[in-house]
Amino acid sequence: MLLPPDTGVVRKGKTRLAEDIEQTDWAALVMAVRDHQDREAFASLFRHFAPRVKGFLMKSGASATLAEECAQDVMATLWQKANMFDPSRASVATWVFTIARNRRIDALRKARRPEPEDLPWGPEPEPDQADAYEAQQDTERLGKALAQLPKKQRELIDRAYFSDLSHSEIAAETGLPLGTIKSRIRLALDRLRSQMDVKARKE
Amino acid sequence: MTIRHHLSEDILMAYAAGDLPEAFALVVATHVSLCDECRARSEAFDALGGAVVEDIVAEMASTSLEACMARIGTMPQANGRAPRRSNGILPAPLVDYVGGGLGAVKWRPLGLGARQAILQTSDSGASVRLLAIPGGVAMPDHSHNGLELTLVLQGAFRDANDRFGRGDIEIADDNVEHTPVAEAGQVCICLAATQGPLKFNALLPRLAQTFFRI
Repeated sequence: MLLPPDTGVVRKGKTRLAEDIEQTDWAALVMAVRDHQDREAFASLFRHFAPRVKGFLMKSGASATLAEECAQDVMATLWQKANMFDPSRASVATWVFTIARNRRIDALRKARRPEPEDLPWGPEPEPDQADAYEAQQDTERLGKALAQLPKKQRELIDRAYFSDLSHSEIAAETGLPLGTIKSRIRLALDRLRSQMDVKARKE
Repeated sequence: MTIRHHLSEDILMAYAAGDLPEAFALVVATHVSLCDECRARSEAFDALGGAVVEDIVAEMASTSLEACMARIGTMPQANGRAPRRSNGILPAPLVDYVGGGLGAVKWRPLGLGARQAILQTSDSGASVRLLAIPGGVAMPDHSHNGLELTLVLQGAFRDANDRFGRGDIEIADDNVEHTPVAEAGQVCICLAATQGPLKFNALLPRLAQTFFRI
């Protein structure tokens, strides 16, 4: 049974605590899970990411019950595959998103997602701190750039990620002609790019 | 190897969002395995997904952390796995579907020396096949009802305007009148995904618009 995608899901937006996202070194927590099976670290990761994964899955059309179950699966996968996480290539937020996305494909479409070949090098036991920092910074910059998008563009980006809706279905829902949707998404991506460039130069 | 024909932004975004039918996702994953530029762009769209998801929360059940802790208590952590590698000309994602290298492909004749092998996918939105076309021979029956992605793995083909060699991807819809012909020389081996005839899986945003004029 599908609940309306909005039920129980709130946008954090500007209310989120700055230190929540900016000060926590999530990658270090994943490394603690990997190296020491650190349950405290896991609990911190769970408290931050599980509600986001659940929100993502509900926005994608899963019922609250299914989303809850899948969010737990995703977090359990994080525990199991901590050694496959490479903080120099992706932030924890990005990694968790990819696990959640794959779980969604499996749960809602009963299909698998072919993954690219592994790079010739795997995760380093001691990842480069600067690279790891940079990956987390990128996620934060992207978050800020997203927050600055005009509301309508932001909504279209969200929909592209959250839902299994086609653009024609989005058009039916928003009443926008498809031509407008495609040009707005293009515009949103262009804006994100220029925001990223500006922010990267400032920092 | 210089790749000149890349994936489009909307296809990479749909792949990151998990919105592509499996057949198209296989072609994307195979191209990304060969193309560092598209790999980087694809990972940027993953990062965008990470940032989008950061912003949405749904409250978890009060017992869920406990339940998850109990689950992981019984779970071994993965000890790393052997990296997935290519086999000859087949990149790893394709090796998974073929069940080995080129020698494991179950070819069926298509006439004029051309052969194909349809690869099994679990959703019905689109189908994907390997094609082997002898040099100088045209691609067999090339009508399609929607998006078609063709990735060259060996040899090359040409259409009216362009040449496609190993790693190049051709993105075609049914507005494109094209008759690709394999270049003289080595047998041209391609991976091609086509929109399924029955179910239009409208997850390929703008392309969908182009075909159906909706």
